[in-house]
Amino acid sequence: MIGYIGLQQFLVVSVGLFAIGVYGLLSKRNAISLLMAVELMFNSANVALVAFARFGYNGAQPLAGQAFALFIITIAAAEVAVAIAILLLIYRLRGTVWVDEIDLMRW
Amino acid sequence: MSNPTIFAILFYVLAGLTLASAIAVVTVKNIVHAALALIATFFFVAWLYLMLNADLLWVAQLLIYAGAIPVLLVFAIMLTRRSMSDTSNAESGNKLWGALIAAGVFLLLALVLLPANWRTGVYPLNTTVRVIGTELVNRYPVPFEVVSVLLLVGLIGAVVLARREAE
Repeated sequence: MIGYIGLQQFLVVSVGLFAIGVYGLLSKRNAISLLMAVELMFNSANVALVAFARFGYNGAQPLAGQAFALFIITIAAAEVAVAIAILLLIYRLRGTVWVDEIDLMRW
Repeated sequence: MSNPTIFAILFYVLAGLTLASAIAVVTVKNIVHAALALIATFFFVAWLYLMLNADLLWVAQLLIYAGAIPVLLVFAIMLTRRSMSDTSNAESGNKLWGALIAAGVFLLLALVLLPANWRTGVYPLNTTVRVIGTELVNRYPVPFEVVSVLLLVGLIGAVVLARREAE
């Protein structure tokens, strides 16, 4: 008998994914890597929402967490499409996707 | 899942695989390998959803996250060709600070979220598709429409941004 798997265990996974995403966002140079880190953080939020939908059941609003997670998946898809279009434009104009070389707006 | 021990073992295996592949995303040096690890992460998260009784999200995660989004990312990697080398996923000089801040975020969130006294009430184990469908059109029609407009805007925006100007 290992133990009961409840909300806390899923929240630990969610928080771990979020922290890994924060590390990737802060420490990477390639803009595509930053996008991947953001996707990890989206997934972390989704895991938390789905866990709350499962373990924080509320008869008045059943599955609100899962509905929100669906919206987040949709928005993440749109976000990735637009972000990659911007990245390709930057690559075409500046010849690089390394964020420390894209200093167009630095004063 | 009837047997709690098997459920627990499955959960710990899945959680370990998810976190390990997520760490691989931010640590491997080649960005193509990072993209593959990202696909693995999304795949394992999908099975976490299934363990949480979210069958619709399980399918959506497999189709959209493990299927469509990595295709976009790999296309971006391919089109920015110079970045396909062994140092393409390199760290900047902020590696130490990034690790420290990420550890801080982890500790803060864990210390706030885990001891909190959440309302508990377990969703009954049955299918969720019908419930989500009726909730989407009955309770969340406005967010639903806004998200569909957002998708259209994203589509048009991506085309407009990535289109090469006619000379």
